[in-house]
Amino acid sequence: MDAHGPHGPYTTIMAVEYNGGVILGADSRTTTGVYVANRASDKITQLTDNVYLCRSGSAADTQVVSDYVRYFLNQHTIQLGREATVKTAATLVKELAYQNKSFLQAGMIVAGWDKYDGGSVYAVPLGGTLLRLPFATGGSGSSYLYGFLDQAWRPHMSKDEAERFVVKSIALAIARDGASGGVVRTVTVNEHGAERNFFAGDKLPLFHEEIPPGRNSLLA
Amino acid sequence: MGSVVRCDRYPYVTGSSVLGIKYKDGILLASDTAGCYGSTVRYKSVERLKRIGDNTILGASGEISDFQAITNLLDELITEDWMWDDGNKLGPFEIHNYLNRVMYNRRNKFDPLWNSLVLGGIKKGKKYLGMVSMIGVHFQDNHVATGFGNHLARPIFRDEWKEDMTLEEGVKLLEKCLLVLFYRDRSAINKFQMANVTEGGITITEPFALKVNWELEAFRNPTKGAEGSW
Repeated sequence: MDAHGPHGPYTTIMAVEYNGGVILGADSRTTTGVYVANRASDKITQLTDNVYLCRSGSAADTQVVSDYVRYFLNQHTIQLGREATVKTAATLVKELAYQNKSFLQAGMIVAGWDKYDGGSVYAVPLGGTLLRLPFATGGSGSSYLYGFLDQAWRPHMSKDEAERFVVKSIALAIARDGASGGVVRTVTVNEHGAERNFFAGDKLPLFHEEIPPGRNSLLA
Repeated sequence: MGSVVRCDRYPYVTGSSVLGIKYKDGILLASDTAGCYGSTVRYKSVERLKRIGDNTILGASGEISDFQAITNLLDELITEDWMWDDGNKLGPFEIHNYLNRVMYNRRNKFDPLWNSLVLGGIKKGKKYLGMVSMIGVHFQDNHVATGFGNHLARPIFRDEWKEDMTLEEGVKLLEKCLLVLFYRDRSAINKFQMANVTEGGITITEPFALKVNWELEAFRNPTKGAEGSW
């Protein structure tokens, strides 16, 4: 009956607040056991025009949760007459996660921009706790990032700094976590809307003992 | 509905000890601000002390999501009480009773809220300090602690707590125990908050850290002359 630590959620996800909005990032590997079922998955899901969700854990569970929340927010926006806030979206995700805690294995990060709080990041880990944070990580790959983030994260980054930071972090996790891999996808959300980005292959930084692609010396 | 027996409730994000003592003017609560995920200190700024109305403070260890649900319930309770506008306000004894009912009834359904709650308050000069556990065990005392605090802090309280301590004496006593917990509890971090409730109101401090001491001569070379030991 012991609490199991960072386990299962075979992924790396993160979201970071910068001055003006948020950057969400994720790897693109989905595994069934040791086989990579999808090497280019998209773990960053849209909830509304201004709120996105990073999903880790059971793919089925997080898909269903995001479908419900997207549906609720759609209704809510129509009734409210203006766009939903990030806090509302995060609270809905939390409600589903908390009330169904025995059935779900879903670690999620809700991030977006609204005119009241600017860019906001909310973590909803296993169990359904809701925490607003300046940045959040999740998934099995996040274990490898605690030290790096403790040292390298600073508040009030610019958009480009923040995006580079997210890409570097996910790339570091991919380097060591077998359950994470593929490309790094990012979504930037600010007052102008949302923008998707894609970092693959030689666009990713190389780390210790990794080498750039080159010609086989036998054929040189 | 809700007849499904939920026996697979594990705590995921947990808070460690909460300490509480009575002193001359009221009650002091203390806790660190860590939210642990198994053995990882995942979140380092989790507030585990909350104010309830004007005269009560609540601290919790255990599952943070359940603590968040409890604070929501209590906010609703306090709001409804305020709306009665009848010149009476719920005091700490009433809230203790309410929490006890909530925790015990959940326990009876095999669906506990995984928390140990410390409640402190003062109403009309009467001081109150008590605890409610996840299975509904509840009691009041001059000093209480949850989790590791029971083993490490309460012996110190039994030795050094006395009736009518000043605020300064109370804070010093709590800080002494918090330091011991930081040294000896793996889930504790050096970042704490304290809450103070008196007739004059409630104060919850900003997070603070304590000075640690590793300068004991015996720590320098503990295995000298006994290589292989630790």
